[in-house]
Amino acid sequence: MATQHSRSAARIMISPAVLLLLAWMIVPLALTIYFSLLRYNLLMPGTERFVGLLNYKLFFNNPAFFTALLNTLLLVGGVLIITVVGGILLAILLDQPMWGQGIVRILVIAPFFVMPTVSALVWKNMFMNPVSGLFAEFSKAVGLQPFDFLTHAPLASIIGIVSWQWLPFATLILLTAIQSLDSEQMEAAEMDGASPLSRFWYITLPHLSRAITVVILIQTIFLLSVFAEILVTTNGGPGNASTNLTYLVYARSLLNFDVGGGSAGGVVAIILANIVAIFLMRMIGKNLDA
Amino acid sequence: MARAVSNRRKVGYTIAAWIIGLAIFFPILWTIVTSFKTEAEAISSPPSFMFFNWTTENYTTVLERSNYFRHFWNSVVISLGSTVLGLIIAIPAAWSMAFVPAKHTKNVLMWMLSTKMLPPVGVLIPIYLIFRDVGLLDTKTGLVIVLTLINLPIIVWMLYTYFKEIPGEILEASRMDGASLRDEIIYVLTPMAVPGIASTLLLNVILAWNEAFWTLNLTAAKAAPLTAFIASYSSPEGLFYAKLSAASTMAIAPILILGWFSQKQLVRGLTFGAVK
Amino acid sequence: MGRITLDKVTKKFGDVEVIPPLDLTIDDGEFVVFVGPSGCGKSTLLRLIAGLEDVSGGEIRIDGKPATDLPPAKRGLAMVFQSYALYPHMSVRKNIAFPMKMAGMPEDEQKRRIDNAARALNLTDYLDRRPGQLSGGQRQRVAIGRAIVREPAAFLFDEPLSNLDAALRVGMRMEISELHKKLDTTMIYVTHDQVEAMTMADKIVVLRAGNIEQVGSPLELYRNPRNTFVAGFIGSPKMNLIDGAEAKKHSAETIGVRPEHIDVSASEGTWKGRIGVAEHLGSDTFFHVHDTGLAETLTIRASGEVALRHGDTVFLTPQADKIHRFDAQGLRIA
Repeated sequence: MATQHSRSAARIMISPAVLLLLAWMIVPLALTIYFSLLRYNLLMPGTERFVGLLNYKLFFNNPAFFTALLNTLLLVGGVLIITVVGGILLAILLDQPMWGQGIVRILVIAPFFVMPTVSALVWKNMFMNPVSGLFAEFSKAVGLQPFDFLTHAPLASIIGIVSWQWLPFATLILLTAIQSLDSEQMEAAEMDGASPLSRFWYITLPHLSRAITVVILIQTIFLLSVFAEILVTTNGGPGNASTNLTYLVYARSLLNFDVGGGSAGGVVAIILANIVAIFLMRMIGKNLDA
Repeated sequence: MARAVSNRRKVGYTIAAWIIGLAIFFPILWTIVTSFKTEAEAISSPPSFMFFNWTTENYTTVLERSNYFRHFWNSVVISLGSTVLGLIIAIPAAWSMAFVPAKHTKNVLMWMLSTKMLPPVGVLIPIYLIFRDVGLLDTKTGLVIVLTLINLPIIVWMLYTYFKEIPGEILEASRMDGASLRDEIIYVLTPMAVPGIASTLLLNVILAWNEAFWTLNLTAAKAAPLTAFIASYSSPEGLFYAKLSAASTMAIAPILILGWFSQKQLVRGLTFGAVK
Repeated sequence: MGRITLDKVTKKFGDVEVIPPLDLTIDDGEFVVFVGPSGCGKSTLLRLIAGLEDVSGGEIRIDGKPATDLPPAKRGLAMVFQSYALYPHMSVRKNIAFPMKMAGMPEDEQKRRIDNAARALNLTDYLDRRPGQLSGGQRQRVAIGRAIVREPAAFLFDEPLSNLDAALRVGMRMEISELHKKLDTTMIYVTHDQVEAMTMADKIVVLRAGNIEQVGSPLELYRNPRNTFVAGFIGSPKMNLIDGAEAKKHSAETIGVRPEHIDVSASEGTWKGRIGVAEHLGSDTFFHVHDTGLAETLTIRASGEVALRHGDTVFLTPQADKIHRFDAQGLRIA
């Protein structure tokens, strides 16, 4: 409902954002695809030449690729499960009557403010270090052998660190959603004889579905490109045990200066992200309209 | 209606919530505490929580050894600059989508969000090469541009959800009152949307402050913000816990304090306007 | 000055024509009410005049000058919205000043007009409050104040009283009428409430599905409804419409008799029926009469107190000169 005048104004006003994002999407994407078809190494300038799909072949034949693909999925999936389940439980707890709720909420949000490099360094050195980290101290105190987290369970450790960073986000969104639940609905269910468990299952959880969708969407966006945590803690190792696609492409192109190979990896990462995105958008489109 | 709950249950909830809350907060607390220890005390076994000689020498050392204030200033310029620039581009766009919706508005919004799904590595190389060629590598301008673009979809989305809550009749009234489009946005829409804009601004400052992929890959010494400054402690300095802690505390303190003071706006911002 | 002419104005939303070609002239100083059931296009018509929607065809002229393509701000009209649409972040004073500020009016002139408007609308004590701190009636007055200070060519009201409670509504109705008498400016007022239309209008425009069914003064519409729709819409309670044999007696397809034009008696009359619900208001008594063989229910309005109750048999006599006759198309037979 509007006039011609306001419609054309609207088109003008939306165009900077649209054009910028379009450029941001298309220009680098086109270049990435182009580079991926070249032999292109920054250390050997002037030797660029067209090699077709060779880079892709090399990339796919590299066993590191499948490890990285699997690691990416494990990382995203693991963190999502931990933060969503943990977030729901924590949100329900924080919704209960208690003293100092505001302060507890501040404590719980805090990790969200910590930059990835800091949290990775702190966890790596001060907690997970097998000699002088707090976990090692704790193991020694109870008479156990200290566990070298980043060597023997590098991916799990990184999942743990990233989950710690994102749990506050999930908790906060889910808490906000729980607080918007009509308490009369709960009381009605109680009058109808529903047990606490079935009240959670039939009322709370469906009510949270939209919030859970938002958590999954936003987190997936950020989790697909986890980078600093890996760079700082394990450098993708040992071997490729904690290398995700993002890190693999980074290593290829900026550590080995192999632009062609890196670009091929980048294209693969984009395709993977698009597959995930299609699923997510379907889900969100449905849930956000409601 | 809040229901009366027995005090016994309330005590139980309080204890459980505080234990979990403190556990989640502990790594940050521990970092802050450690930053006031000497290096020897920082790795002493068993570790001490309170009873050691509190010292600020680590802070002095960190400040002497590295140019903390330059990194800090870079972080401020980059995060604030990209957020403000993003808002300037996003406010008109969100106005269009919220108040003059067309058939494709929902699709445009979804498309914008989908550009967020583009993994940064996929476009890192071209951006890196373009920046190298035009001299934007290791500059604040370059990072402001990149961070504006990567956060723009989220800014547009958040503003859109806030603007949707403002009744269109009020904007129509201003049009009847003789306001031009510019007046309408400056005098009516923006002031009414202040809480939403504030939440958006806060959240995006935090996201940009903590952004660590582009900032690490596109900067060297000159434009490096705090994320890169801290990454330089990776190793072997990382083993100097006290200094690492002091540097970390200095890197996260500004945002931590900002975040705590503006908790109310932030809680709203954190939900990206999508959950009420 | 505010003479508004609509010349073959049409409006389509996509393929749906909500207003077929429509002609209407509103004279300077007239109080015109657009009335009709919801969805009849009355608000759309007002928004077309305001310039908040584009016409799909035809022309709008204000004081003889073409206004079809002018943006709302340039038409010299002021509008009071259903939700009042006050600026929540501005004080009452700033709300009222806003259109003058937009027009770049000198500060002292602004102040003079604000003070005048505030005095006229009893808002002087509230000038520094925010809209959120005012009652519904006060907000309504602020919205009117914001419209007055511009000294517009015409005022547009979009269902302005529908958010007020019943008692307040009657009061505001009178205030708006008085305001019109005082300012003598054209006012166009949209409502679905025929009582508002009857009490306030110089001229009523009855709309149905975007078509003008009839234009006229309240009493013209009451006395000579042009068709069965207007007959049923204007007047409260509604006119009784009777088809069939009884109508044929008057050589019409349908006849209509208003409830107040039927005499009621316990002993004799033209029609016979049984009282269903009887509403005793003291000043009037309403009977809903069944089993007359004419229509499912006939509504009767008798003056004062009448001692008939539920279940009583009654005799009804329509006043012969007050019977409206309509043909098969529902049009009035003169």
